[in-house]
Amino acid sequence: MSKSIEQKSVKFAVFLAVLVSMLMISTAYAGKNWRAEGNSKASQMAQNAEMCVRDTDFMRRNHMELIQHDRDVTVRQGVRTLDGSLKGCVTCHANKQESGEYVPVTAMSGPGGSQFCASCHVYTSVSLDCFQCHSTVPTE
Amino acid sequence: MKTTDQTDHKRRDFLKTGVAASAVTLAPGIVMHTAEAAPRDKAVDSSVRWGMLVDTFKCASGCDSCVQACNEENGLEAYSMPEGADPEKWDQQRPKWMRNVTLKDNLSGRISNLPLMCQHCENPPCADVCPTGASFRRADGIVMVDRHTCIGCRYCMMACPYKARSFIHENVDIKPELAPRGKGCVESCNFCVHRLDDGETSTACQDACPENAIIFGDLNDPNSEVSKALAEYPSVQIRADLRLNTGVRYSGI
Repeated sequence: MSKSIEQKSVKFAVFLAVLVSMLMISTAYAGKNWRAEGNSKASQMAQNAEMCVRDTDFMRRNHMELIQHDRDVTVRQGVRTLDGSLKGCVTCHANKQESGEYVPVTAMSGPGGSQFCASCHVYTSVSLDCFQCHSTVPTE
Repeated sequence: MKTTDQTDHKRRDFLKTGVAASAVTLAPGIVMHTAEAAPRDKAVDSSVRWGMLVDTFKCASGCDSCVQACNEENGLEAYSMPEGADPEKWDQQRPKWMRNVTLKDNLSGRISNLPLMCQHCENPPCADVCPTGASFRRADGIVMVDRHTCIGCRYCMMACPYKARSFIHENVDIKPELAPRGKGCVESCNFCVHRLDDGETSTACQDACPENAIIFGDLNDPNSEVSKALAEYPSVQIRADLRLNTGVRYSGI
């Protein structure tokens, strides 16, 4: 009988440990929320600008639509003055190291942690193919 | 192929009737010329057709200034041989937008040199065979590859009679801003389209030629330098028998 109680208490302790660790993990991820204030990876240029080409909420949800639409118009119709320019994104959102060199926007480390594109794309596990061909740092 | 970005032939035919042409002629000898100095903000249309005349009489033997300038402009030098590759094979496969070709007339023994690049055909075979529509002819006559939709099948390279296209076999060292490039796509001369879209009217090869053998401009504008030269000097299309109506013409061959 006493053995059975002991087994039960062991089981309860394991259950408690799993519960606590799950809670801890979820709290840790909540801390990584990319919307959190003070976690901005935007470069000085982006911070100085009043706003992006659209408001932030629109950009967070729809930047890919904007870039994809405008790339077709640029390549096929030659229009070069559009908002959805990937070069524009990189120019504004790339951070500089203390040495003055740019950090790639897809880098996992650098000033302020993971860089502009990487900070969300790694978190959401969405691979981005833009930079197989396009430059990850602005050309000066 | 039947997309809105294709050349508007009906519009061109309408312009040829002269009704619209007279509208842009302000007075005899004075034709309105719209020079753009800012980045393009409107879609290109077929009122312009970019073209080139190469005077092979002026092409000095062994000169490769145009090829070097093209390589530099489009970042083709920033592409190094992979470790352990066969140098001979590498030289055959490395991307070249422009090549020096030497011709010899077997009867007379006369040798002529010329730069050969994409001929920017009006009826491009590369665009005909492309399974994804990535090879296309822009409304202003520039034949290009949309690398976003190119799957790297290289059918266009087989179809091109001028051997003008290159395939990127390996990862690149630097991703050039003007000509973004990655492993697995086909590319070729695009008449320095980034310059044209920024309002410039010259190509890197034209600027680099020490003999001024390359004249670039608008074939639709009768007062452009290239149209005047074409009207004055005899010129040929390479493989004119294919009836592709090339945008690049040669004189002296």
